[in-house]
Amino acid sequence: MSVDSDAVYVLGIAMTRFGKHPDLDTIDLAAEAISSALGDAAASMRDIGVMAAGNLMGGSVAFGQEIQKHVGQTGIPVYNVANACATGATALRTVIMALKAGEADMGLAVGVEKLAGAGLLVNPAAVADATSWTPSGRLGGVTDVEGLIGTTRNMPGVFAQIGMEYGNRYGGTSFELFARISEKNHAHSTLNPLSAYQKRFTVEEIMNDVMIAYPNTRPMCSANCDGAAAAVIVSGRKLKSLSASQQRRAVKIAASVLTTDPWEAGCQVLPNINTLTRNAARQAYEQAGIGPQDLDLVELHDCFATAELVHYDNLMLCEEGGAVDFFNSGATWRDGVTPVNVSGGLESKGHPVAATGIANVWEVCHHLRGEAGERQIDGARVGLAHVIGLGSACGVHILEKVAA
Amino acid sequence: MTDARIPVVDYLHLEPEPRLSALQCDSCGAQFFGRRNACASCFGAAFTSRELPSDGVVQTYTIVCTAEPGITVPFIAAAVDCGGVLVAGNLVCVEPDPASISTGMRVRLALTSLGVDDRGVEAVGFGFEPVK
Repeated sequence: MSVDSDAVYVLGIAMTRFGKHPDLDTIDLAAEAISSALGDAAASMRDIGVMAAGNLMGGSVAFGQEIQKHVGQTGIPVYNVANACATGATALRTVIMALKAGEADMGLAVGVEKLAGAGLLVNPAAVADATSWTPSGRLGGVTDVEGLIGTTRNMPGVFAQIGMEYGNRYGGTSFELFARISEKNHAHSTLNPLSAYQKRFTVEEIMNDVMIAYPNTRPMCSANCDGAAAAVIVSGRKLKSLSASQQRRAVKIAASVLTTDPWEAGCQVLPNINTLTRNAARQAYEQAGIGPQDLDLVELHDCFATAELVHYDNLMLCEEGGAVDFFNSGATWRDGVTPVNVSGGLESKGHPVAATGIANVWEVCHHLRGEAGERQIDGARVGLAHVIGLGSACGVHILEKVAA
Repeated sequence: MTDARIPVVDYLHLEPEPRLSALQCDSCGAQFFGRRNACASCFGAAFTSRELPSDGVVQTYTIVCTAEPGITVPFIAAAVDCGGVLVAGNLVCVEPDPASISTGMRVRLALTSLGVDDRGVEAVGFGFEPVK
C-alpha cells in the first residue's frame, strides 16, 4: 500500500452502542467513544493537536472543554460546533480542514447526544400573547403560526412533505413504498449489535403503527436514543511515520464536503434538501475521482423513510427521477447493487443527533476494514456517508480502503 | 366591542378581498414572505409587495397527527403553487384523510377564524380549500 502525504485518513474510529444509557451522561458517552477511538488508532490524547466537539441538545456552551476535563487537558484548540443533524459531520470536517491546512498532524472529532425517551423533537415555540393579538416578528404574526400555516417545526411532517413532493414530480410513491423503505432498514439492523433497535417489522406492522405525519408512521421516523461516536484523523504525512499495522487499518478520506442551500424559488417555504445534497455529492465524487456506481455501500440520512427515497436520487445512485424504480429493483437492500443503510440507518440504529455524522462514517470504515462481522458487505472498498441538518447543511464523506 | 379584524400574518390582506402578497426583490424578482434584510438570491435590498393569485395547485402535503403540546391535530400541512410562488398553508374544508387529498389538487385561498381577543379583535387566518 502507499500512503498519500497530501491526503487525510481515519486512523481510529468508534461508536458506543446506540440506545438507552440511563446511567451514563453525555461526558461518559463521549469519553467512551473517544477512548475506543484512541485505542483503535493506537494513539493517546497527547498525540491529538486539534479537537472538534458537537452536542446539540445538552445546553453546554463549551462542551469540548468539558470532555477534555475527563479525557485529557493538553491545551489544544477545541472547536465546539453546531449544525443541526449535520453536527457530527461538521466536527469531522472541521478536524479535516485543520489537518489539510497543516495546523495539526492528528485531530479528534466527537459527537454525542442523550435523547432516549425525548419524544418529538421541536424547536422552541414563540411566546404567544394571550390577551390581545399583536403583530410581532418577521412575519408580523399575531400568534405562533405552527400548525396554522402548515408546519416548520414538525420534522416528521416537513420530511413527509419532501417525500410527497418527490412523488408529485416523478410519480410512483405511495404510503406502502415508504413503509417498505423502513422495512429494509429495520431488517438490516437485526445484524447490527450496536443498533438501538434490532427488530424486523413487516410492512403491515409498519403501516399500522402510530401515524406521526402521513405517510411517516413511528417506525418510519428516526429513533431518538443516546449515543456517541468519535474519530481520530491523521495526515498522510504523519501516517507515513506510524506503524505498519496503523497504516494497514487506516481508511482514506477520499472526499469531505459540506454545503448549504443555494437560493432557489420556494426553498424558504418548503426546505429543499435536494439541491445541496446533489451539490455535495457532485463535489465529493469529483474530489474522490469516482462515480456513484463505484460505491460498495452508502450510509445516508434516513431521518424519515420519506427522506431516504429522495437521497437515492440526490446522491445520484439512480438516474434523475428514478428513485422509486431503483428501490423497487432491490438495489438498496444489503444484497443489492448499492446497499444503503446496512447499519439499520437512523430509523433503526438510531439518531443521537450530533453523533450521527461520525457514526455513519464508522459504519463505512468498519466494512472497508473487513471488520463488520455478520453484516459485512464482502469486498467493500469504497463507501459514502451522508447527513443533512435541516436549515440546511449537508455533509458528504467518501471513504476508501487503503490496504490491498 | 369592535368588529375589527387583524390578519394572522402581515402577508395576508383582508380588504377589499382576501389576498396574499409576497415581497419581490426589485433587482432579481425573487419572492419572499416576511421582512428581510437583503435578497437571498442577489443580495439586493429593495423589495416591493406583490399580490399573489388566490388559486393554486397542491405541490405536496402531509397530515400531521402527532405534534408538540398546544398544537391542534390532525392538520393538513401543504405547499401550494400560487402563480409560480410556493406558499405554505393548511388545507381546510377537506377531511384529513389521504383518500380525500392529492398532490396536483386545485385549491383556493380561504379564511379561517382564530378567535377574538380581550379587545374584541378577531384574528383571521388562512388556508386553502379544494376547488369543487
